Amino acid sequence: MAEVLVVVEASEAAGVKKVTLEMLTIARTLGSVSAVVFGPAASLVDKLGEFGAEKIYAAEGDDVTGYLVAPKATAVAELVKSVQPAAVLLASTQEGKEIAGRLAVKLDNGLLTDAVAVDADGTATQVVFAGSATVRSKVTRGLPIVTIRPNSVTPTPAPATPAVEPLTVTVTDADKLTRVVERVAEKKGSRPELTEASIVVSGGRGVASADNFKLVEELADLLGGAVGASRAAVDSGFYPHQFQVGQTGKTVSPQLYLALGISGAIQHRAGMQTSKTIVAVNKDPEAPIFELADYGVVGDLFKVVPQAAEEIRKRK
Amino acid sequence: MNIVVLVKQVPDSGAPRELDASDNTVERASANNVINEMDEYAIEEALKIKEAHGGEVTVLTMGPAGAGDSIRKALSMGPDKAVHVTDDALHGSCAVTTSKVLAAALGTLAADLVICGAESTDGRVQVMPHMLAERLGIAALTGARKLTVDGAQLTVERQTDEGYEIVTAATPAVVSVWDTINEPRYPSFKGIMAAKKKPVQTLSLADLGIAADEVGAAGSTSAVLEFAKRPPRTAGTKVTDEGDGGNALVTYLASEKFV
Repeated sequence: MAEVLVVVEASEAAGVKKVTLEMLTIARTLGSVSAVVFGPAASLVDKLGEFGAEKIYAAEGDDVTGYLVAPKATAVAELVKSVQPAAVLLASTQEGKEIAGRLAVKLDNGLLTDAVAVDADGTATQVVFAGSATVRSKVTRGLPIVTIRPNSVTPTPAPATPAVEPLTVTVTDADKLTRVVERVAEKKGSRPELTEASIVVSGGRGVASADNFKLVEELADLLGGAVGASRAAVDSGFYPHQFQVGQTGKTVSPQLYLALGISGAIQHRAGMQTSKTIVAVNKDPEAPIFELADYGVVGDLFKVVPQAAEEIRKRK
Repeated sequence: MNIVVLVKQVPDSGAPRELDASDNTVERASANNVINEMDEYAIEEALKIKEAHGGEVTVLTMGPAGAGDSIRKALSMGPDKAVHVTDDALHGSCAVTTSKVLAAALGTLAADLVICGAESTDGRVQVMPHMLAERLGIAALTGARKLTVDGAQLTVERQTDEGYEIVTAATPAVVSVWDTINEPRYPSFKGIMAAKKKPVQTLSLADLGIAADEVGAAGSTSAVLEFAKRPPRTAGTKVTDEGDGGNALVTYLASEKFV
């Protein structure tokens, strides 16, 4: 069975990211799974094996991680040429897409981004235009290079004992044009990552101030969820841009999306419409968010949310 | 500094958008077509750099004849001139072939700095800056929320899921920007009038030395096989808070096993 390359996303804080486990789960249906790790691999081996990685290619060193994505694309391209995989899967994150883009040009190969499913023949399913249409696409030149959107499949374990192979990368001068001078980790507590969370609690213009966002955070923490924000809230300076959900922010697809004081403009819906269950609290009964909410409360969020928080505490 | 801004015309993301059933491409004929919103931030950043360091700003667009409207709109913000790559054969081009065409057009412009939006609202693929950098052998600094120009040295601050990164490179380079980087100016009346007289050069595939079968549906590296409209979500239960809305909300969450 041909190998399928999975380009691993991991962080020092969180270890192997959930989207990686999703990619491993999908990759098992396409061939024999080989994970590609950039940076120290030792602490990731067990987790990657648990979800079916039979081989791990590990590339370390400043030549690989000291520059913006180009050396990683070179490494994957070399690997593709040497092992002739059946497919390459990457995460639909900024870095995953950027590696995929360079890889596609290097190999003169097609790529598909933001897939939510991949069939055995490499056909990918994508959700487009603010969640209004589903598209099925195929790479017509080369092998399937596909980026997977977080929260697309439920990761399932399939234990394997991976063999770790060090990967030597011949990095060119052109790969070293953009140097990463500094990586700054910002503390975000124990909340799950926005795109990977099963529950997202988001606040909008109706939250009315940065200070009031602690209400949104409190509810998110009680539910074990991530915090999101609408563009109106971000533009008003209530919450940082990295938590923005919608057209010019993140796309999320959690089990539960709770929209507090968010009217539900089409650009916001673009980022959350594929959530499994949508719940909204808004004082305007005509707010468009209610058109897609499975459960809606028309009311003042400053009364409804504290009461809900209190009730959840009671039930715990 | 010679700056080129990439501008894409897209269907308005604030309205329902469609795919064309005849060839599975984006339906543009019936859409309200506008400048890709993120590109307005790229134009603004280019103008700010020109104002601080001197130079020239050129708008580069690949698209059908109708994209000329967006080019004029872009020029009304202040760029000096534009290049419009247009050719019927380009219809249906994938990202990989589009990058080939844009790289060829950039090759005629000798840019020190190429600035673009981080993603388009139609495809949301986010790969173009790195594809162009790969083809041109120049640096890419993507996802900028802050760009500093010091002579030929560029420094970008970019958001990551963990925090942020600072990356540097020398020109020539491609920089992509998010909407956190600045606040785009509105075109002035004077700007709108001036835009009508600014030079717009049209380039065909032949001008770029690219054969028609290298692009479009025939030359593309991927294809949309089929599409279907997703059933619209329907409204569920809506209750009005009369003092126990929070409790009712939690009862619902508990019934769905979230609490």
